[in-house]
Amino acid sequence: MTAIIYTGPLMTKTAAKHRVIIDTEMCKGCTLCIAYCPKKVLKESEHLNKAGYHYAEPENPDQCTGCLICTLVCPEVVIEVYDE
Amino acid sequence: MSKIFISGNHAFAEAALRAGCQCYFGYPITPQNELGEYMADHMRKLGRVFIQSESETAAINMVIGGAATGARVMTSSSSPGVSLKQEGISFLAGFELPAVIVNVMRGGPGLGNIAPSQGDYFQATRGGGHGDYRTPVYAPASVQEIADLTYHAFDVADRYRTPVMMLSDGMMGQMKEPVVFPEPIGKLPDKEWALKGRGDGPSRYLCSLILDVMEMERHNWKLVRKYDEIEKNEIRYEEYMLDDAEIVVIAYGTTARIAKGAIKRVRKDGVRAGMLRPITLWPFPKKALADLCARIRQFVVFEMSTGQMLEDVQIALAGRADIVFHGRPGGVVPMPVEFARIIYREYHKMTKPQI
Amino acid sequence: MKLKNAWPKYYKKGVATHYCPGCGHGIVHRIVAEVLEELDLGRRAIGVNPAGCAVLAYLYFDFDVIESAHGRGTAIATGIKRSRPDLFVFTYQGDGDLSAIGTAETIHSANRGENICVIFINNAVYGMTGGQLAPTTLIDMKTTTTPLGRDPKYDGYPLHITDVVAQFPGVVYAERVAIDGPAGIRKTKKAITNAFKTQVEGQGYSIIEVLSPCPTNWKLSPVDSFKWVTEVMMKEFPTGVLTDKRPGKE
Repeated sequence: MTAIIYTGPLMTKTAAKHRVIIDTEMCKGCTLCIAYCPKKVLKESEHLNKAGYHYAEPENPDQCTGCLICTLVCPEVVIEVYDE
Repeated sequence: MSKIFISGNHAFAEAALRAGCQCYFGYPITPQNELGEYMADHMRKLGRVFIQSESETAAINMVIGGAATGARVMTSSSSPGVSLKQEGISFLAGFELPAVIVNVMRGGPGLGNIAPSQGDYFQATRGGGHGDYRTPVYAPASVQEIADLTYHAFDVADRYRTPVMMLSDGMMGQMKEPVVFPEPIGKLPDKEWALKGRGDGPSRYLCSLILDVMEMERHNWKLVRKYDEIEKNEIRYEEYMLDDAEIVVIAYGTTARIAKGAIKRVRKDGVRAGMLRPITLWPFPKKALADLCARIRQFVVFEMSTGQMLEDVQIALAGRADIVFHGRPGGVVPMPVEFARIIYREYHKMTKPQI
Repeated sequence: MKLKNAWPKYYKKGVATHYCPGCGHGIVHRIVAEVLEELDLGRRAIGVNPAGCAVLAYLYFDFDVIESAHGRGTAIATGIKRSRPDLFVFTYQGDGDLSAIGTAETIHSANRGENICVIFINNAVYGMTGGQLAPTTLIDMKTTTTPLGRDPKYDGYPLHITDVVAQFPGVVYAERVAIDGPAGIRKTKKAITNAFKTQVEGQGYSIIEVLSPCPTNWKLSPVDSFKWVTEVMMKEFPTGVLTDKRPGKE
């Protein structure tokens, strides 16, 4: 009886990569995108923008699946999601 | 050009139709219900807009909406209902939107009564609404004038982008006289500024809110320049038997009709009375009045109120002549003989040899 | 790199809104702009904005807008639509505008079945003026004019105006939705799309009530405000279709 053992890396279908770009000067730091992102891509920045808000910025950009939920909940239309 | 025997209220409506009034919005209130009813009879048949609104407040706001699209629009009411429209009139002035508003005055204040009065002069000429604005105010004194001035009011409203007030009273609204109406208007003026949907162009908005105080001040002075233009061009008044007059009556509207009867009566007895009848209450014919002071020492102001136009006469005369006031408020319509007695009294005081 | 979410055509770019962080207005404004674009209505749209937090909405929308006196939006919209039935006319009003001072205009424009759309933003409080009692304020909810909480004995009950007008024959579509998360936001867009379509089809009056977060006056974080809409507001104002008299839908 032969056992088939995989020793190499599993070949998975590569999903398209996505990128989140945030207009940090227009962001008001409401954190809705951070809370609702299913992949925890975003975080609150330690820095302040000119308006005095801790803007959102990508923390785990590679996790982005392009689901667009962040753009749904953003009240300021500051998030752009790109197909790479 | 045929003569039509028609009431004042109906004449307002018919003249508006002929001036191309596209929308009428109004709420019933005595003594001007016939105006709205005439509009109900005619507007929809002509493919135009008629709505009996839920209140006078709603009506003036429908006027704002119609005017914003560039349509010629009218609303009408009587004293308490015109009070309800004041916010809307202020907004029309701030937006710089044209509209014609008819006030068929009744006794007041409060619910008052349904009899004729002239108690809304302050409301009309001092801008009953809030803010720094004026509205041209026309005071017809006959049903023919109602027809002519209403037709003209739509032009003035469009030319200067301003709400215009027509001031009538319960008696003139009901009374019937023969009228020759102006011909229905041909082409209506173009309104570049109206909101019609942005199409392929840039979006626009109409607002009266100007939070920046410097900009608001600029806007206020811009309105003043417009009002100065109106004052320069649109003053109207009638001179009645002024050439050799020694005592001059100032009165408008129905009161002026009654005063004419009084003047005719006293003239038979050699009393040289005349009348200056303002037709525009704003702008008030200040200069014409002031010029009269050069030779007239005694003025008599008659009003169906406790004395409102009186103050404009006082301002215009600036103390250079004597003024006697006689008013009948509350819906009372005086008789010519009553005014005649006042004129006699003042004339004799004036011409009595001084001992 | 391909952009997945294009900028909404009928929304001005580069204009910072005055809305608070997490305010529902920004989301609904974007939805309105998107729906107008998708239904190709922007070129002939006239919006009527309220007195309230959205009093400056014309600075953000990139289509023709007229300001309205507090509460009078539906009367102004009536004047516009009757004068120019070919234009697409909608009002955007808050709870005080629509159901306090504007109650008569709201009810009668609905009763006449005016062919307009009404977007009713309900945040249970008067936002712009600093957080006073609104007709839709919940019982026991603290506002600056109900500092001890809304007491029906003095302040009456939360007003369900949309439920009232939904019963009128001229109101062809009425739905209550909530900005309380991605699903609620998607439902809001669907409802506004349905409403806008009823006007395009000439079917009558439609009204969409949007339960909307107000972090500043609720004294909650934006994320907690979203939760408050679901957990508290929706108990008093359940979402759902209140009437659907559109032809073909039974």
